[in-house]
Amino acid sequence: MQSGEVLQGADEALEHASNEPVSATRGYWHLVWRRFRRHRVATISAIILILIYAVALLAEFVAPHGTASRFEGYQNAPPQVISLVDTSDGFRVGLFANGYAVEEDEESRRRTMSVDESSVRELGLFVKGEEYKLAGLIPWDRHLIGPVDPEEPVFLLGTDSLGRDLFSRIVHGTRVSMSIGLVGVAASMILGILFGGLSGYYGGATDTLIQRFIEFIMSIPSLPLWMVLAASIPTTWGPITSYFAITLILSIIGWTDLARVVRGRFLALREEDFVESARLDNARTLRIMRRHMLPSFSSHIIAALTLAVPGMILAETSLSFLGVGLQAPVVSWGVLLQEAQSVRSLVTTPWLMFPGVAVIVAVLALNFVGDGMRDAADPYN
Amino acid sequence: MVHYIARRLLYMVPTLLAISILTFLVIQAPPGDYLNTVVAKLEAEGQYVDRAQLEALRNRYGLDEPIWVQYWRWITGIIIHGDFGHSFVYSAPVADVLKERFGFTVLLSVTSMAFVWAVAIPVGMYSAVKRYSPADYTFTFIGFLGLAVPNFLIALVLMYISYSYFGQSVGALFSPEFAESSWNLGKILDLLSNLWIPIVIIGTAGTAGMMRIVRANLLDELHRPYVTTARAKGLTEGSLLMKYPARLAASPIVSTIGWLLPSLISGEIIVSVVLNLPTTGPVMLRALESQDMYLAGSFLLLLSVLTVVGTLISDVLLARLDPRIRYGKR
Repeated sequence: MQSGEVLQGADEALEHASNEPVSATRGYWHLVWRRFRRHRVATISAIILILIYAVALLAEFVAPHGTASRFEGYQNAPPQVISLVDTSDGFRVGLFANGYAVEEDEESRRRTMSVDESSVRELGLFVKGEEYKLAGLIPWDRHLIGPVDPEEPVFLLGTDSLGRDLFSRIVHGTRVSMSIGLVGVAASMILGILFGGLSGYYGGATDTLIQRFIEFIMSIPSLPLWMVLAASIPTTWGPITSYFAITLILSIIGWTDLARVVRGRFLALREEDFVESARLDNARTLRIMRRHMLPSFSSHIIAALTLAVPGMILAETSLSFLGVGLQAPVVSWGVLLQEAQSVRSLVTTPWLMFPGVAVIVAVLALNFVGDGMRDAADPYN
Repeated sequence: MVHYIARRLLYMVPTLLAISILTFLVIQAPPGDYLNTVVAKLEAEGQYVDRAQLEALRNRYGLDEPIWVQYWRWITGIIIHGDFGHSFVYSAPVADVLKERFGFTVLLSVTSMAFVWAVAIPVGMYSAVKRYSPADYTFTFIGFLGLAVPNFLIALVLMYISYSYFGQSVGALFSPEFAESSWNLGKILDLLSNLWIPIVIIGTAGTAGMMRIVRANLLDELHRPYVTTARAKGLTEGSLLMKYPARLAASPIVSTIGWLLPSLISGEIIVSVVLNLPTTGPVMLRALESQDMYLAGSFLLLLSVLTVVGTLISDVLLARLDPRIRYGKR
């Protein structure tokens, strides 16, 4: 680590010393990486993002409970704060939370749960819990965090009206919410590179036609169009099919931005000498695009792709929140937020807004990383 | 200028045509034809279905004819007679439902746009002039946050705060005493006093994005040689900024209407659903839930036309600002 820093310092010193920048001798991706690391917020966001995707991958392990596990008698339980010491009976160090108390209103017969400060429940790391298959393969029953005694559950972010642990559901929702952005962007990428590339490479009539088409798509307000398309997904389709249908619908609009970025880069590169010489060497169009042009702006594409992911996540959240996106047995942040829709549930159970915090953190991190990448994409500049 | 506007109007025709075809396809998308849906719905409610009336409807929409004839009937009905079809959820002509709701959507979208500009332009300019100052960092951070928070979430949080701390619900465009009354000065003032909440919520994301654009544009201009020249000639900083760089930076701002308006309309729809405002949002959602496709499709059509018209206005404004565009230089 230290030697790396020394090396970097030496690089910079060299850069200042001579007119010939070090960039000429270093690899392209090395320069991009160095530029990116200088962007501190982006670097921190990248670490947060890696953590979020790790949670998405290992959701069953991170979450104390399954998505559908209901806890009888724990409906609408409020969130709990973990404390590291317990002084109720001597002095103990560990993970502790309070128990719950139930009050029943005589007249309305409504039960309200509150935190009972007098009782203590112990939490543990790597505790035994429900069995699951890690990453769908390895059977296991350990959970990162959970109650030591299964009869005394603790709900870090509270429960919903059916007594399901919100924290576990948010963790499980990470998988759908974060992956829908990636899958949607992958679909947009194919369309965007193809049409943007054709538009930028050929120019002329092809360019005009494709640009008019893109303008047409962009002129339609996206949410109403998504709503209409999503509502026409048959309800008989299974969760996986509708998941892919939604991603496809999102990328119908998503590819246009990307196509514009690609077109802009193609227009700029078309006149470059190395492209001209490849053409004179009688290389086929597709080969010129793939071999010679794409690599020289792949960092731009990666930046544009990263910046497109948050839009997809927000769109899925909005659609699911409105009830026309993913449907109930599937757990995503938007589906979870659906329960926070009415004023009454907001006032009695405000913690149901927590999935929104997850959305904000993920989108912020993605935006920062994308911004950092865009700045780093042109290391010679 | 007239020449330019005429050409832009001509460009609009294929776009509008494409939008109408898309909308028509959307209306046709659900399995079975429109009448089957209506009949199924009526029978599910235990209502009597009049065969003669059904035949009349079938003739009117030309459901037995090929699809392009149906499209032709549908689009000519809209253009010539203002007939958008029939909404069975509201048991009323779609045009009547639209009339009631669409005005508020236009009002909210346009006022939100004014809000976005009124906030984003001064703040963005300030950020650019005082680059890397604490205020610039604060605004940049707020901007990032504004882009990251879904606007329905802001609506939810505001709803929660106002209900649990002030004991009243936000959202309604009118106070209870004015809700049913006819239009008068009091009602208009009441509307204005309630309007700002949805405007701020809808405008947040747009403001955040616009702020960054204004800042970036102005930064590009501020280091040009002509600015140095003007400064060397002794212009005050204020008039220097307003006279040249601000005007040059303005043209990309005007051209953003094209993307700002669609995103504001999207925001308006979801925020209206949360706050239950009397705009297109809740009706469109309800129409989609019950597969009332003529209603849903008509909303999509009108919202798209609204954006196309908005883009046209922005292009004309842009041409006023920038002679290079006016004279068709490419």
